[in-house]
Amino acid sequence: MLLKVEGLVVKYGHIEALHGIDLHVEEGEVVTILGANGAGKSTTLLTISGLIRPEKGSISFNHKPIHKLQPHEIVRLGIAQVPEGRRLFGTLTVRENLLLGAITQKDKQGVARMEDRIYNLFPILKERSSQLAGTLSGGEQQMLAIGRALMSRPKLLLLDEPSLGLAPLLVKSIFETLEEINRNEGVTVLLVEQNARAALSIAHRGYVMETGRIVLSEEAKSLLVNPDVKKAYLGGH
Amino acid sequence: MENFLQQLLNGLSLGGIYALIALGYTMVYGVLKLINFAHGDLFTIGAYVGFTLLVSVGITDSVDPMAALIIMGATVMLFVATLGVGLERAAYRPLRHSPRLSAVVSALGASIFFQNAVMLIYGARFHVYPQGLFTKSTLSLFGLYLPLVKVFVLMVSLVVMTLLYFFIQKTLTGAAIRAVAIDHNAARLVGINVDKVVTIVFVVGPALGGLAGLMVGLLYGQITFTMGWLYGLKAFTAAILGGIGNIPGAMLGGIILGIIESMASAYLSIAWKDAVTFVVLILILTIRPTGILGERIAEKV
Repeated sequence: MLLKVEGLVVKYGHIEALHGIDLHVEEGEVVTILGANGAGKSTTLLTISGLIRPEKGSISFNHKPIHKLQPHEIVRLGIAQVPEGRRLFGTLTVRENLLLGAITQKDKQGVARMEDRIYNLFPILKERSSQLAGTLSGGEQQMLAIGRALMSRPKLLLLDEPSLGLAPLLVKSIFETLEEINRNEGVTVLLVEQNARAALSIAHRGYVMETGRIVLSEEAKSLLVNPDVKKAYLGGH
Repeated sequence: MENFLQQLLNGLSLGGIYALIALGYTMVYGVLKLINFAHGDLFTIGAYVGFTLLVSVGITDSVDPMAALIIMGATVMLFVATLGVGLERAAYRPLRHSPRLSAVVSALGASIFFQNAVMLIYGARFHVYPQGLFTKSTLSLFGLYLPLVKVFVLMVSLVVMTLLYFFIQKTLTGAAIRAVAIDHNAARLVGINVDKVVTIVFVVGPALGGLAGLMVGLLYGQITFTMGWLYGLKAFTAAILGGIGNIPGAMLGGIILGIIESMASAYLSIAWKDAVTFVVLILILTIRPTGILGERIAEKV
């Protein structure tokens, strides 16, 4: 088991945002967490990355507890996150954004190889490598955000709403790329999405979160036909 | 014309000093969004460390002037950088997640602490840098007689600023500093050790401020434990003028302010030179609060 989250409780001040989350991700899987705004999906990812300290519970990665580590130590162990809203460094160039993604990597040649692989994956980034990240289009920015996260050579890639604000065609292409990264590069993916249809199209399994709890955990294909999920997250068709 | 060029050199050397101090304000503001009010006092300490080396240690007795200048520069920068790192650990890091005002109050406290420490050690009266490092030597250039010390101060500040510019713009550590200044949490998610970046900023900023203190001692001769207040305030104005948080802005703002002040004291009245600085501050805050270079590009969604 690559990632195991047990009994995770997170509080913002006095308000409890997560009331004891259990989830796990196996090596090689694509797992999605579905849910409405404010269900606690982003909080879960930020806690895994070490930006938020849990009140109770544990997170282990490769059987090692990581919930007391600093975010940069967690990245070095092999968990990278593509945060909600991309959070690129807008006044830095595309290339600087990518190289900062590899700041935990000591092997210079490995970093150069990874940069080439990112440019193969997203050729437009190579064309724009000396441009400021803030001048890219929304789709290009999402590619850069994914590329930046991949630069640390993660075993586990966390993505928070990668489809946010993108046109349907771009969403499709981003999700195809994620599938490719998972299949060809062997990167395990934990994906938070409101676009449930797109997420379930590439996921093996899915969790459904409501107000800080996991209420459903099933195979992706059974979630796709689950009447409650259909009604709540797939637009009732 | 000749007078104008002399004043321009005065302005440039003073401006170089303002720029070096302003860089410390702007870099700390960039990564922590905090005005380090103790920065002016670190500048003062730089001047006093230089004084100690010249007078108490008598460094010029054992080595030639050029070597003495290099040793003094290195010692001052190292000493003040160490204080800067200690200041951040003791006064700012524990308050990183507290309301902004707590850190500001802590900064003011640190300023009072440093100022009084200098007064306790050296006493409250003026101290005078011994002359002799630059034995009245002037440089003759295009019929102008330029005091060597002014040319030297200007050169050193230009070289240091160029090195800093390359460090910030061309190295991965420089990119990490800029990234932390843009977005702390995104930087942490990428794997940047934010504490380490903050420490680097508290090495570089105070080192430059301390160096500026040493240069004021060499240039004007007279130092006092309260000197950091006015120099700090002016350098802070320079940082605002260039755009706070913007590194080339601090350099530009410092140079412009130095020239304005020199010209004002030459052509207006020397009594007005400090007032002119603050007229500039008021004007820039009214007309263009983001400063000359302090414009951020629009973020696309």
